[in-house]
Amino acid sequence: MSLADRHIPDRLTGRGAQLLRSWETLLLLVAVGIFVLNSFASPYFLNAWNLSDATFNFTEKAMIAFAMALLIISGEIDLSVASIIALASTAMGLAMQWGAGTSELVLIGLLVGLLCGAFNAVFVTVLGLPSIVVTIGTMSLFRGISYIILGDGAFRGYPPSFAYFGQGYVFWVISFELVLFALLALLYGVVLHKTNFGRAIFAIGNNPTAAMFSGIRVQRIKFILFLLTGLMSGVAAVCLTSRLGSTRPSIATGMELEVVTMVVLGGVNILGGSGSIPGVVIAACVMGLVTFGLGLLNVPGIVMSIFIGLLLIGVIALPRLWRLWSQRRKT
Amino acid sequence: MTGRWIRSRESILSLAIGLMLVLIASRFSGFVTPANLGDVFNDTAPLIILALGQMAVILTRCIDLSVAANLALTGMAVAMLNTAFPGLPVPFILAIAITFGAVMGLINGVLVWKLEIPPIVVTLGTMTIFRGIIFLLSDGKWVNAHEMSPAFTGFPRAFFLGLPVLSWIALFCIAIIGLMMSRTPLGRSFFAVGGNPHAAVYAGINVGRTQCAAFVISGALAGLTGYLWVARYAVAYVDIAGGFELEVVAACVIGGISIAGGIGSVGGAVLGAVFLGIVKNALPVVNISPFWQLAISGSAILVAVVLNAQSSRSKGRIILREAETTT
Repeated sequence: MSLADRHIPDRLTGRGAQLLRSWETLLLLVAVGIFVLNSFASPYFLNAWNLSDATFNFTEKAMIAFAMALLIISGEIDLSVASIIALASTAMGLAMQWGAGTSELVLIGLLVGLLCGAFNAVFVTVLGLPSIVVTIGTMSLFRGISYIILGDGAFRGYPPSFAYFGQGYVFWVISFELVLFALLALLYGVVLHKTNFGRAIFAIGNNPTAAMFSGIRVQRIKFILFLLTGLMSGVAAVCLTSRLGSTRPSIATGMELEVVTMVVLGGVNILGGSGSIPGVVIAACVMGLVTFGLGLLNVPGIVMSIFIGLLLIGVIALPRLWRLWSQRRKT
Repeated sequence: MTGRWIRSRESILSLAIGLMLVLIASRFSGFVTPANLGDVFNDTAPLIILALGQMAVILTRCIDLSVAANLALTGMAVAMLNTAFPGLPVPFILAIAITFGAVMGLINGVLVWKLEIPPIVVTLGTMTIFRGIIFLLSDGKWVNAHEMSPAFTGFPRAFFLGLPVLSWIALFCIAIIGLMMSRTPLGRSFFAVGGNPHAAVYAGINVGRTQCAAFVISGALAGLTGYLWVARYAVAYVDIAGGFELEVVAACVIGGISIAGGIGSVGGAVLGAVFLGIVKNALPVVNISPFWQLAISGSAILVAVVLNAQSSRSKGRIILREAETTT
């Protein structure tokens, strides 16, 4: 069977028209608008190094957001990602104190992330518990373990070569994190949109029972998705720890909210079944630009969080308001 | 009847709490004196009040993650009100706090009801928005004890019939919510909506409006707690009760309230909160660092959710056994 035979159209309208009216296009316009507004609002905005700095606002969160997008499309959620970062970072700090080198540190960070993901996965897929409660529980548990280990202390003094992951530049202003972000975006985009695995994720999100009867191993795929989310949190933990150069148990507090916001802003249905990686990538840029622009205008971080919250609710509310309004007009 | 009661969540929790108290008492007898247990209850009162509201919300298949932010915002608002007008009587402040909290609950409720946005998204959003508004309102400054009037800070700490007013208010809330849950159409409709929304519609219950009502109740109780919290600790700042929403949800889950909706009881919510309260207060007594608390409540949530699932798992009819086993 050739590829063309297997191709089932997603949509009945023309591809071009669909693309033009899509969420991603709208989001891209918003991103460009914010970019233009920012460059007018602050003279410091259009500067290669400043813009490069701005990417750090979203690269770590976006890495998790890619895996989270897949997880949310499959109808689950993981609220423990920020706590996984805390635990992975703490584990790296411990290892450093016992004399681990850079490569061992990275390995430990990734491994702890993976283990935490597996822990969530067992509760959700093997025991069949709702992922919201399980990950609210592990959110306390993982960060709680960090607090037990660290108390109110901190780990400092990571080896100099470890700093590369969060502070290194591959080429001119292109940071290591930005390159990693781009590679992961490509990887997740291909996995979600071009592979059987990706199609299965959509199928599970739309109707898990139907997916099961079509021969998709629902629980196994969900297990893998939790593992991936944990692994990505581990990756983000390596980058963040390397960038900050220290570990406190309160590291990345509240990041789960920003990751979920990024995913939802990217057009992923919070109830599962639809969404795209390009959408998440653009959403990451929008959030990065908003926080960076507001930062240049001396808006404090907590006020920015109002914008993030409004963005999260507004993005979902506006299409629904629009639908309500147009329905009312018809009748 | 007795057999069912023995296996119920309330009795298991009561047993666990009793066992815990006996264990602590065997080494530190001072912990279980009536006076100290009264203190522990008083310390747990805010958690109990919030857990009652959260219970109503969770029963209707929703979740309210904005309670702690609501508490902090209301607390800051009434503290600033008190600084500006020190003469305002406490009943008036109480009324304002409850109304203010209820309005914020209403915002959550309307977004869930009219726009059908998933509750977790709505309340994650309003949680950050409320926290941000506190900063805008207070400019990041603290409201300290000397800026508050003695009547304002004294009310929850005043003693009445041997118990602080804070404890009395918690008992009062338990009684009111208990009556509402068992004796009013609204209370029964919370269970109906959570148990089976479709059936609830056919029974003439407006599902969205019931969920909205649950959010308003949760918001009003959060507002009430906001005043009590700020007055008791005599300080208001942006981060008060940070992360407390998780403890509230934990109290409910431990109390046997099913996150899938429709299952739960006032007694469960109260016992869940008391369980966490005792753990929190006992840790320093038995010489365990308070840093353990977060991990312990996380583990308690996980254990409770596993137990909840065990007790409420209904055996469905399996049509295709192979598909069931291979997944």
